[in-house]
Amino acid sequence: MASRVIDERAPELPGFRDVQRLAYACAEAVAARLRPGVTEREAAGMQREWLRERGVRDWFHLPFAWFGDRTAFTGFKVPLQFFPTNRQLEPGMPFILDVAPVYKGFTAGIGYSGWLGLNPLHDKLLADLEVHRELILREIRERRPLREIYEDVERLMIRQGYANRHRAYPFGVIAHKVGRVAERRWSPQVFGFGTQSLKGLLSDAVHGHRDGWSPLWSPHRFSGHPPRPGLWAVEPHLGFRGTGAKFEEILVVTDSRDPEQSAFWLDDDLPHVRRWAEERVAA
Amino acid sequence: MSLRDLPGARERRVATGGIELCVVELGEATRPTIVLVHGYPDSKEVWTQVARQLAERWHVVLYDVRGHGSSTAPVPLRGGFTLEKLTDDFLAVIDAVSPDRPVHVVGHDWGSVQAWEFATVSRTEGRIASFTAMSGPSLDHFGHWIKRRMARPTPRRVGQLLGQGAKSWYVYMLHTPVLPELAWRGPLGKRWPGILERLEKVPPGDYPTASLPDDAAHGAWLYRDNVRARLRRPRPDAYAHVPVQLITPTGDIFLSEHLYDELDTWVPQLTRRSLPAKHWVPRTRPDQLASWINEFAAANEAALQGGIPVRDTAPKGAYADRFGGQLVLVTGAAGGIGRATAFAFAEAGARVIAVDRDAEGAARTAELARLIGAPAAWGETVDVSDEAAMEKLAEKVATEYGTVDVLVNNAGIGLSGSFLETTSEDWKNVLDVNLWGVIHGCRLFGGQMAERGQGGHIVNTASAAAYQPSRALPAYSTSKAAVLMLSECLRAELAEKSIGVSAICPGIVHTNITATTHFAGTDAAEEKRLRNRTSKLYGVRNYPPEKVAEAILRAVVRNQAVVPVTPESHTARFLSRLSPGVLRGIARLKPPL
Repeated sequence: MASRVIDERAPELPGFRDVQRLAYACAEAVAARLRPGVTEREAAGMQREWLRERGVRDWFHLPFAWFGDRTAFTGFKVPLQFFPTNRQLEPGMPFILDVAPVYKGFTAGIGYSGWLGLNPLHDKLLADLEVHRELILREIRERRPLREIYEDVERLMIRQGYANRHRAYPFGVIAHKVGRVAERRWSPQVFGFGTQSLKGLLSDAVHGHRDGWSPLWSPHRFSGHPPRPGLWAVEPHLGFRGTGAKFEEILVVTDSRDPEQSAFWLDDDLPHVRRWAEERVAA
Repeated sequence: MSLRDLPGARERRVATGGIELCVVELGEATRPTIVLVHGYPDSKEVWTQVARQLAERWHVVLYDVRGHGSSTAPVPLRGGFTLEKLTDDFLAVIDAVSPDRPVHVVGHDWGSVQAWEFATVSRTEGRIASFTAMSGPSLDHFGHWIKRRMARPTPRRVGQLLGQGAKSWYVYMLHTPVLPELAWRGPLGKRWPGILERLEKVPPGDYPTASLPDDAAHGAWLYRDNVRARLRRPRPDAYAHVPVQLITPTGDIFLSEHLYDELDTWVPQLTRRSLPAKHWVPRTRPDQLASWINEFAAANEAALQGGIPVRDTAPKGAYADRFGGQLVLVTGAAGGIGRATAFAFAEAGARVIAVDRDAEGAARTAELARLIGAPAAWGETVDVSDEAAMEKLAEKVATEYGTVDVLVNNAGIGLSGSFLETTSEDWKNVLDVNLWGVIHGCRLFGGQMAERGQGGHIVNTASAAAYQPSRALPAYSTSKAAVLMLSECLRAELAEKSIGVSAICPGIVHTNITATTHFAGTDAAEEKRLRNRTSKLYGVRNYPPEKVAEAILRAVVRNQAVVPVTPESHTARFLSRLSPGVLRGIARLKPPL
């Protein structure tokens, strides 16, 4: 599906929207159950269990959970540090849940940021993510090279006073392509990533390499191309002195000439979007 | 006390145990009470300036300890100064001035030693709301401290014992009979004010008072009646039943900082503060003391009313004990090193003024600083090279926020290109910001610090380019070398005012400076290419500005003169001293751009 044209009428979109909603529902349910003393491993396990109970059998990657300063990826050098640890949640700690299930052959990646208790700093970080969502959509519609959009996002983060923490992701990606995943009875994971999804990503990478584009949206030269039609799981991640916040959701890019149709967020009914709307009403 | 110095002061006498104490009250009696207890050989006048500031918000009570100032002395003197009797006095005073409300106690020197007794004995329970201790340990804690070190002597512990033992020379002297009295009533009493001015830099004023020789002679019994007895048999149950704020002057020649190493075991709710000053802080640092006492007492009042406990409100960043409640001004605070520095000070609990010509960026720094721990933060829009604007800012800061405790002259711009291609306009721009900006900052805010006479610190951001010549950065390096030399000269001059000056030489740090650096002798397209190229190189080096901020805070705490930060800056500094020829050789290389 990598190179296929997608528009809003594409029959596949509802499938992706469903799995994205399911993933966010999972994160919200698990976040509501987080208490002091819960470890990252337990939180990741809770997400896994919640989704398995609802029919998820395969993963783009296994659920992650980061607590405290690990939400800002402080000192992350090797990819193994992404995996959940025995770090316990304490009152007043930020947390991020990151889930990417495969459901009925569709996949989505989501990121959910929260704080145990109330915290104005975390509110601020979340509120400041809104302009990133707008900036990304606007510049994608302008068909700017992905690498330049990446740099603009990073510049905006720095201007806001934050550090760009998705730099710490593998290849420094801010987004990766998602697509249909073949359903197999047996789909093992390698280093936490589902092999079926990896296969899709790999085949995209091979095809893309030939045509001069990449399924990973990164700050590197291979992302110096205009937006490629398809579905992108976009995850800008802010870091600020031991606190991190992110969202992750699917951006649909098409090759329509109509700017509105050329790119749009798959779903606007997500926790962080609702939150911004509520804040605007309150203000 | 000269009532002239304390407008609205009311004097009364309180009778207790056969003596009369002279008690002075300031401020409205309906407000919560702060009791200030003086040390040896002082009288309540030592508190004049602190009391005056606290009286704006509190009911302030001072009294002369028995045998001092206008209070009468016990007869006979021997046995009349035990901590038990001093506790009786204290209870009599607070029964008179605040019969139905617990009071906040502040003690300095022997006042603090006494107040430790008040804060740890059961008969004062419920009568004290908080205790601020400075330069006076609990004799019981001190006794245990010595015992622990004697029982298990390690080299470090023996060192601490010997160190404190040497600092306590005057305690042994005071145990000799008659001689101390003779000295105080004779030459020592006469010379004491001069000694204080010279050694402690205590500014002249209403202290010491004329009663000094008598006070000091009587006060010798404070030592004789208590020290040996308590150090030999310290109370095993000397736990504080009130929250304690410990203020440690780091330059105290009588008391070692290590005395308080194990204090957490005795005090469940302890807030630590440290102050780069000598022993007589009530005279030399009244503003800082008043601000900390005010803050701590207010937090405890709120806790009494059922708010959050004081411990949760205390800032937790590095050096929070040192910078909590101080006023810090940072220029160039809209990004890079300036912003990171503002945040680091904010985390330590300082009030922050973020100055930058980018108004939005400065406001944003201030807003985030508040979110991470600054009790207050303001963004100010000023171009540091504009003298008139800087003067206006200095005036505004002085009237609205107070005197700056730490000034960080960080604003700077980059300029690259060979000397022959650098126009005089380019020179003017870079010197205006990088050098004149620092001069204006030091002159205006440093001037205010010096005028207040209560210490402070100035940090100037120079650069590794200050000692590393380069064919690519003649103007920039010149401006930074000037900043370095300016800092060193200023350090020499301001040392006598207890104002420290540090020059920070970061090196290659990942900030925005490369994105705005002007490349002399290039057209717009070439300049853009070079900016991108250098930004990328700096990005690859990826040294975070937060580490420079850490170095800045450390430099202030340790009062370091010149601080290279990155390894390359250290290397350049080392070579510039060991073999400058090597650096000159490197300077000839064309940069890889």
